[in-house]
Amino acid sequence: MIEASDLTVERGGKTILESYSLSLERARILAVLGANGVGKTTLINTLIGILKPKSGRLSIDGPVGFVPQLFEVPFAYSALDIALMGRARHLGLFGAPGRKDYEIVRHYFHLLGIEHFEPQAFNALSGGQRQLVMIAQALASECELLVLDEPCAALDYKNQDKVLALLEHLRDEHAMTIVFSTHMPQHAVEIATDALLMLSGSDYVCGPTADALSAENLSALYDLPIARADFKGLSKHTYAPVFRHEGGRLIG
Amino acid sequence: MSSSSAKVTASRTTTAAAGRKLGSGFVLPALICLLVAVTLYSVTIGRYDLSVADVTYILIDNIHPVVTPNWDPVQEVVVEQVRVPRILAAIIIGFGLSISGAALQGLFRNPLVDPGIIGVTSGAGFGGTLAILLGLQGYLLLTMAFLFGIGSVFLVKLLSTVRGRTSMLTLVLAGVVISAFFSAAISIAKLLADPFQKLPAITYWLMGSIASSNYLDVLLVAAAVIPSAVAIYLLRFQINILSLGEEKARALGTRVVLVQWIVLVASALISAGVVATSGIIGWVGLVIPHVARALVGADHRRLLPVSGVMGAIYLLLVDDLARTVTTAEIPLGIITALIGVPVFAVILRRLHAKGGWSSD
Repeated sequence: MIEASDLTVERGGKTILESYSLSLERARILAVLGANGVGKTTLINTLIGILKPKSGRLSIDGPVGFVPQLFEVPFAYSALDIALMGRARHLGLFGAPGRKDYEIVRHYFHLLGIEHFEPQAFNALSGGQRQLVMIAQALASECELLVLDEPCAALDYKNQDKVLALLEHLRDEHAMTIVFSTHMPQHAVEIATDALLMLSGSDYVCGPTADALSAENLSALYDLPIARADFKGLSKHTYAPVFRHEGGRLIG
Repeated sequence: MSSSSAKVTASRTTTAAAGRKLGSGFVLPALICLLVAVTLYSVTIGRYDLSVADVTYILIDNIHPVVTPNWDPVQEVVVEQVRVPRILAAIIIGFGLSISGAALQGLFRNPLVDPGIIGVTSGAGFGGTLAILLGLQGYLLLTMAFLFGIGSVFLVKLLSTVRGRTSMLTLVLAGVVISAFFSAAISIAKLLADPFQKLPAITYWLMGSIASSNYLDVLLVAAAVIPSAVAIYLLRFQINILSLGEEKARALGTRVVLVQWIVLVASALISAGVVATSGIIGWVGLVIPHVARALVGADHRRLLPVSGVMGAIYLLLVDDLARTVTTAEIPLGIITALIGVPVFAVILRRLHAKGGWSSD
């Protein structure tokens, strides 16, 4: 689905990513982890085609849908209006959505169980609800690769759980390929088949989650001790930071 | 008038938050009926009093001659040569300014933008001023205003394009800069103008008036406004998408730069055509889209036509005021500013109360 080799991306004349290579097969979920400013957003913008790589090869078979971080619009659009905009690619320059487009959007609203949002003002919805509408928008574009920029940021645990369950459902039942960025290793443990740990602009670890995601790699990634923690009585585990290690350190 | 329309805006903006409006499908037909009614009424008022029936007969006579005309020829001249052209001009100008204002506000994701912001109004204003200063009249004046108006948009675009990319913010700032430049140029032209003949002519022209409109003026402004409005309307859904932001629009597969250019050039054509025939008429393109948005919501598929028709009705009523309140004509630009500013102040306060529109 995604085939990237020796990818170099610049932004404003500065090299952000250097010789990144990664490949992801259809119906896999890739979690992208990395410190602030390491270039997660640059990578995502390259995948969705907003940024063109300076050199290297990037091929994606199939249309890409994008769900940005917590989204607000300056005008009072309804949730249905927002989701309809996902149809842009199929409409042409002078087109407007017709009955078929409404049907497609309503189908995805039904799939996500958010039919009742339809007439509501998008900006009046909660963060989690808006995230669902944006996912409906991306799905309405009939994408095969879904890219999400920190889909769980600013959501409470319950809503994070919902979004994670939804992403996994989309992969299992609809063979969707998914790339998402996150700051919580646990999100990757829960649903990702693959993980990309962006250590720096030119150094990264990429592979199946079970291999790539380890306490050691994560500690290097965040420059902070990260420990594996197993949930008692459940066959589940997570990775958690050890904050204030050695009493913590102030900058400098 | 000003206080009542301010109240209408105020009470409606609250419901605007509810997204799609109930029965918004009825708004446009209702407004079109209202426009027809206001148009007929507008023909009747003025120094020669005429009834709606007289006017209807006089107008029908052109298509299907009435057997026994019961009006005198002076009335026919007043209706057909004086009132109808200026009424048509008011309708077309109000329609054009409002539809372009609505489109620009969507495109720039900024509700405080109007056709004047892209520099075209003052550019065209300077072109016309220069023409008067040089003793040019009629079509030469129109041409000068038109060319300077279009030219200033290209200047703005040139100024705001860095390394092949144009950000909407720099475009707005470049518009402000170019507007300021041409306003200064207009002042210099006024300073140099002969204070007894040319200065009053410049001043009056700049204030905006359609009092002396003839059919050729109507034709010219229609030729600028109608194709541009059609182009903007065809892009209605693309404008929706662009109002989510450039990056988001690009990710959704929209041809961002192309859409921006078409809307900009179409708006420039509208403004240049309006200024060339009627001087500077401000505030219409800024205020009307807000009232329309309060009625039918933000979706440009409904907003654009509703804005246009509301603008036509509004400018027609303003022109009725302009020619009937006093024995001397009041320039249109003065009335639109007197009404627009307080309405705008109310809008601004309500936006502020809602947490502002600065989400960019």
